[in-house]
Amino acid sequence: MRPLTEEETKVVFEKLANYIGRNIAFLIDNKEDPHVFRLQKDRVYYVSERISKFATSVSRPNLMSLGICFGKFTKTGKFRLHITSLEYLSKYAKYKVWIKPNGEMPFLYGNHVLKAHIGKMSDDIPEHAGVVVLSMSDIPLGFGVSAKSTNEARNLQPNGIVAFRQGDIGEYLREEDTLFT
Amino acid sequence: MGRVARNKQGVPPTFEEFQAQKEAKEKKRNQEKRKRSSEPDIDRNGNSKNNKYSKKGSSSSSGTKKHRKNVVQQQQNLDIEEDSADLPEVDLEALSAAKKSLFDESEDEEEEEEVGLEADEFQDDEFYDSDEENREKPMFSDDDEDNEEIERANAANMELLSKQLDDEQELEDQEAQDELLQTNIIQPRAKILPTEQEEEELAKQPQDLTVLRTRMIEITKVLENFKTLSEEGKSRTEYVDRLLKDICDYFGYSSLLAEKLFNLFTPSEAMEFFEANEIARPITIRTNTLKTRRRDLAQTLVNRGVNLQPIGNWTKVGLQIFDSQVPIGATPEYLAGHYILQAASSFLPVMALAPQENERILDMAAAPGGKTTYISALMKNTGCIFANDANKARTKSLIANIHRLGCTNTIVCNYDAREFPKVIGGFDRVLLDAPCSGTGVIAKDESVKVSRTEKDFIQIPHLQKQLLLSAIDSVDANSSTGGYIVYSTCSVAVDENEAVVDYALRKRPNVKLVDTGLIIGKEGFTSYRGKHFNSKLNLTRRYYPHTYNVDGFYVAKFKKIAPSPHDVSKAGANEKENAARKEALEEGIINGDFAEFDDQQDKDLIEKTIKRNLKKKGINPNSLNSKEKPKKESE
Repeated sequence: MRPLTEEETKVVFEKLANYIGRNIAFLIDNKEDPHVFRLQKDRVYYVSERISKFATSVSRPNLMSLGICFGKFTKTGKFRLHITSLEYLSKYAKYKVWIKPNGEMPFLYGNHVLKAHIGKMSDDIPEHAGVVVLSMSDIPLGFGVSAKSTNEARNLQPNGIVAFRQGDIGEYLREEDTLFT
Repeated sequence: MGRVARNKQGVPPTFEEFQAQKEAKEKKRNQEKRKRSSEPDIDRNGNSKNNKYSKKGSSSSSGTKKHRKNVVQQQQNLDIEEDSADLPEVDLEALSAAKKSLFDESEDEEEEEEVGLEADEFQDDEFYDSDEENREKPMFSDDDEDNEEIERANAANMELLSKQLDDEQELEDQEAQDELLQTNIIQPRAKILPTEQEEEELAKQPQDLTVLRTRMIEITKVLENFKTLSEEGKSRTEYVDRLLKDICDYFGYSSLLAEKLFNLFTPSEAMEFFEANEIARPITIRTNTLKTRRRDLAQTLVNRGVNLQPIGNWTKVGLQIFDSQVPIGATPEYLAGHYILQAASSFLPVMALAPQENERILDMAAAPGGKTTYISALMKNTGCIFANDANKARTKSLIANIHRLGCTNTIVCNYDAREFPKVIGGFDRVLLDAPCSGTGVIAKDESVKVSRTEKDFIQIPHLQKQLLLSAIDSVDANSSTGGYIVYSTCSVAVDENEAVVDYALRKRPNVKLVDTGLIIGKEGFTSYRGKHFNSKLNLTRRYYPHTYNVDGFYVAKFKKIAPSPHDVSKAGANEKENAARKEALEEGIINGDFAEFDDQQDKDLIEKTIKRNLKKKGINPNSLNSKEKPKKESE
């Protein structure tokens, strides 16, 4: 376990900025309970500083996880967000899409978000921006990238794709073997 | 008969009608009850008479049934046609009177009605109360509908006919039941145990399960009241042996396990226990209070077509699932981490642990994370939890659950838990849900019945003792809020529970048992089959499937009152293992009942063998004694 290097921090923050923009500041500046990013193996964890200090007493091969896993670095040095980061993403997300109950299950099975399933969406979503997908009762279901801006999406066919899925909570079941270690 | 009539739904009565009807029924029932209670003897006789009658009746009826059915149908048709021509209404009283004149008594009928009503009331009670608008309305049970139709039926004649057929059917059933009951009633001093000859015969043919079952019930009855019911000349052990054998045959236990479990209870309770192990426990879920509230969760799940109810008044977060139209482990709420599938019994150790906010807590055997996430929820994501599991593969599900339920205050590590406190010590509280033989969860995992051997019941407690000592040493005795250790297993065996706790109390005089703070549970044993444990062991709690409908479970809570010299020891697992072995030797866990070596005896034996070997070769050992032997030895 170690803090991120400058290079790594830049990659991670660029990715996060897609979804939460300037709200990243809330992640780093928490006066009462300062949080830090930590790299263990190839995974990036976001954790309270206090806990990260306790974790130093666990040796590297034995430390499996701490705090919340945000994602992992690929072998080529890119950073991929995991669904486990959804809790923080949804909290600070700039752009949101709410889907109707009949669209919940298709989305949780790994499909993209269709126009027909949209209940409501943020007004000012540009094209190819990170969006968080929620159910109508405000339960975060996943995140993705908008395929069209809000205005264009209004004129879309019902079966047109509004957002490309990048992660959904169905992965907890589907990807259990690979998602965690 | 009545299938046709029954399927036909009449117009429901108005509320007043319904009420009046109910009252009338109630009154009648009470009368009937009084009558019954005043003359119970006659009742029995009447019953047997009744049976005879019904036998005749049924045999004759079977012949004429078809014919009657036709008649009924015709009449029904007529009935429908004549509906407009208002025939006099039949009232219930008159009907029942007529019935009574036909049959000596309509007791069975009434009984059934009673049961129906009771079931009705029960249904009302058991429904979850928080979501009134969603509940179905079980206002009329089937019986009431039947009665409605009875009212509606205008032709008294037809009514009687159909009723008769119904009653015959019931009487037949009743008779069959009586027969069963009669076999169960044993006269004092009845001969139950099979003789040797019978046993030989039995061994030849495949076991008859009903016979086995009846015999088990009978033997239990005898054992409960041995003095008056036992056969003369038979000892208690003979009965017990037979019963154990039957249990092994009937339920499929290994004889070792059957005996172990049987000895925990009184005979009748043991039977209940074994029976309960055949039935699966209800599916239970725990609300994740980090993300939602139980009321909201119940509401959403009910909307998805799940039939549920709170587990009991001892937990505020548990829900019991009766049936569900959707897979309960794959709803959007499940994936969003609003609840976790968790056995009711595994709430208990965490409730006993009672974690406080901002504490540092260790869960020594955490996977798959039900208890860890519960601790995290109770601490509202403050403080720090070390979730350890020795099995790397199992940490996967642990990490998955921790993330799904949104617990941010955890560190997951993969150590042999005996390495604590070398890794890190000074915890406020430690939860040790020790690996065990699983005799409490036989309903979940049948393989336990046969797979456990004598060796397991030595090795597993040994490991548990080491773990418990590690747990005690990992706790900070001077913690302002804590200093507690909770030990739990999903086993009911005394070797893994009381014996382990007693061992820890002896080895670590700086801990004491405290009340678990759980409102349900039976007291732990302070003595068991001649072994006497610490008198404080009554503060520990045992749970059985047949008493609380949870898995078999054991919970003990310690408080560390002073630091011990062991706390600072940096001994790793291996050193501890060796130390524990040494202790075990002193303790006598490893039995030193091998014979001692007697050198002189050995020497004699060796010499004798040599002589015998020489004789075999045709050499006289005595003649060679002087010169040959030394030569042989040198070779």
